[in-house]
Amino acid sequence: MAELQTHSAHAVPMNLLEAVNRALARAMAEDDSVVLLGEDIGTNGGVFRATEGLKQQFGFRRVMDTPLAENLIAGLAVGMASQGLKPVAEIQFMGFIYAALEQILSHAARLRNRTRGRLSCPLVIRAPYGGGIHAPEHHSESTEALFAHIPGLRVVMPSSPARAHGLLLAAIQCPDPVIFLEPKRLYRLKRLPVVADGDPLPLDTCFTLRTGDDLTLISWGAAIHETLGAADQLAAEGINAEVIDVACLNPLDRDTLVASVSRTGRAVIVHEAPGHGGMGAEIAATLANQALLHLRAPVERVTGYDCPMPYFQLEPHYLPDEERIVAAAKRTLAY
Amino acid sequence: MRTDHDDRRVAGYKTMALIRHFDKKAVNLQRTGRLGTYASCLGAEAIGTAAGLALTRDDYFVPYYRDHATLYLRGVPLHQILQYWGGDERGNAFPADSAARRDLPYCVPIATQLTQAAGIASAAKLRHEHAAVLATCGDGATSRGDFYEALNVAGVWQLPLVVLINNNQWAISVPRGLQTACASLADKAMAAGIPGVQVDGNDLDALIEVLDHALERARAGKGATLIEAISYRLSDHTTADDASRYRKASDLHRAWQNEPVRRLRDTLAEAGLWDAQRETDWQQQCERTVEEAIDTYLNLPPAPATDMLDYLYAELPAALRDQRSALAAVDQEVRHG
Repeated sequence: MAELQTHSAHAVPMNLLEAVNRALARAMAEDDSVVLLGEDIGTNGGVFRATEGLKQQFGFRRVMDTPLAENLIAGLAVGMASQGLKPVAEIQFMGFIYAALEQILSHAARLRNRTRGRLSCPLVIRAPYGGGIHAPEHHSESTEALFAHIPGLRVVMPSSPARAHGLLLAAIQCPDPVIFLEPKRLYRLKRLPVVADGDPLPLDTCFTLRTGDDLTLISWGAAIHETLGAADQLAAEGINAEVIDVACLNPLDRDTLVASVSRTGRAVIVHEAPGHGGMGAEIAATLANQALLHLRAPVERVTGYDCPMPYFQLEPHYLPDEERIVAAAKRTLAY
Repeated sequence: MRTDHDDRRVAGYKTMALIRHFDKKAVNLQRTGRLGTYASCLGAEAIGTAAGLALTRDDYFVPYYRDHATLYLRGVPLHQILQYWGGDERGNAFPADSAARRDLPYCVPIATQLTQAAGIASAAKLRHEHAAVLATCGDGATSRGDFYEALNVAGVWQLPLVVLINNNQWAISVPRGLQTACASLADKAMAAGIPGVQVDGNDLDALIEVLDHALERARAGKGATLIEAISYRLSDHTTADDASRYRKASDLHRAWQNEPVRRLRDTLAEAGLWDAQRETDWQQQCERTVEEAIDTYLNLPPAPATDMLDYLYAELPAALRDQRSALAAVDQEVRHG
């Protein structure tokens, strides 16, 4: 379990997008083998500006505008990583990552294993994910469970500028392939303190954002924002919720989750993706298996509905909001 | 006077004959339950051998799954090739001191290796290496997006990449004529703005000349080349296939008239570089070499069950410790009965 670090003499306020940009710049400055590739990431600095200024700073050889082909981007990154570069590839939106799935699943995640360690694949694939910004169709998906199901991958989803910064630094240094999903709804939400020269954060632990004894709220990525809001509402009614940001979905830090729920006896899992076959199901199964005798209520899940991410007019009804989370929390407390 | 070129041709012939014998024995091993499904390279001996001869130690090789000759010439022992097809990933752990040390492993999904080869070529270019990347594929692979995406980026980034198609006329049961309306597969290079070359895939000399030129061009920073080597798959697709369901016996018979091994042997004999006595001696040597490889392969110690987790991540994640313990217990049982 890692505690969140927010205050330091060196901390400067930045939003999540700026934190991603600063982490990329620092990783490139510290390690010549780090290269960036993707669509529109060079002169344009990425459609969200995550790579703003990096081509100017590090040159076109290390910040590569690729042809428009996601499968190519992933394949290039696998080839580069197999020979010791550390490619950080950007897929412009998670809704377009599926063309790259074969490279990720059949090659990136397996290369070390199928060569028995002769080759490895230390790549990072970044993609903005999730809804809430009134984007076009296919621009708001949250399909992290597809990737969390793939052995050999690490799947990381930050929920604050500080965790985006520290986890991205760790992902780039990591010798394993990492899928790094950025909550685009939080990109410019607010500026929070980030320690620009701070240590990378661990990739194998949950982050306990708030402690409490009455129940455990478990979430990750953008939904952490509503989950913390729900915890505030509950606190106003005298209910103390523990809030855990899972942050790294694979490999999963089951110990922190089991320890918390064993203490509180109640759990509500919140995620934006559809509930069916989602990561919430994996966590609920873990709690049923390892914390059964401590549970005082059924584990609740507050998730997206089991439908494609709706186009933006219906989006507010789809995304888990504070009211749904609070209601689920009260159901577990009233059980 | 015998030249270096002659020596290379003779060495090439010897490899082709060895691989022909190896291939026959590998199929036999599969038929007798001692090897998994195996992709034969019967009819592709000249292509695989030429690739192995044209590559340097500084170059990179990105195979598909019929490249046994090339991997052998890159320094992968024959028993290790059998180990791979025998269902053991350790077969892909090519020797650390060989030319294949950095080469990609066998690639089973079609054409996916080509975008990776472009990535390796990008890395070589970024590091200013005097090196080329040679990637192979079959004719069916040219119908996949990966093929075009790789050629396209190789053209626009001027990458040191050579893509060598073994056009053996068949993608399992689908003939070349049902893959594309292009007059030739080499024509597909036009869409990427790179040169496309056709070459007789049964002619070792022609293959070496074309590959030498394309690889040297790549090493010199002049960009990528697509090579279509025209051959004929004399085998089934794999040992799990029965080509008699879709291939005419008369077509196969005709293809055998032009097969690469005998053709080169005849050419070398005409040039006074080979004769019946050398042939007898070399065939005996091939038999000994392959028997030794099979013997080594069949006596390899089994991989521990924990291997399936131990190479998944650089370090075993805590989340997998329980699963590893379960597999370690399996290994204990295997060891102690």
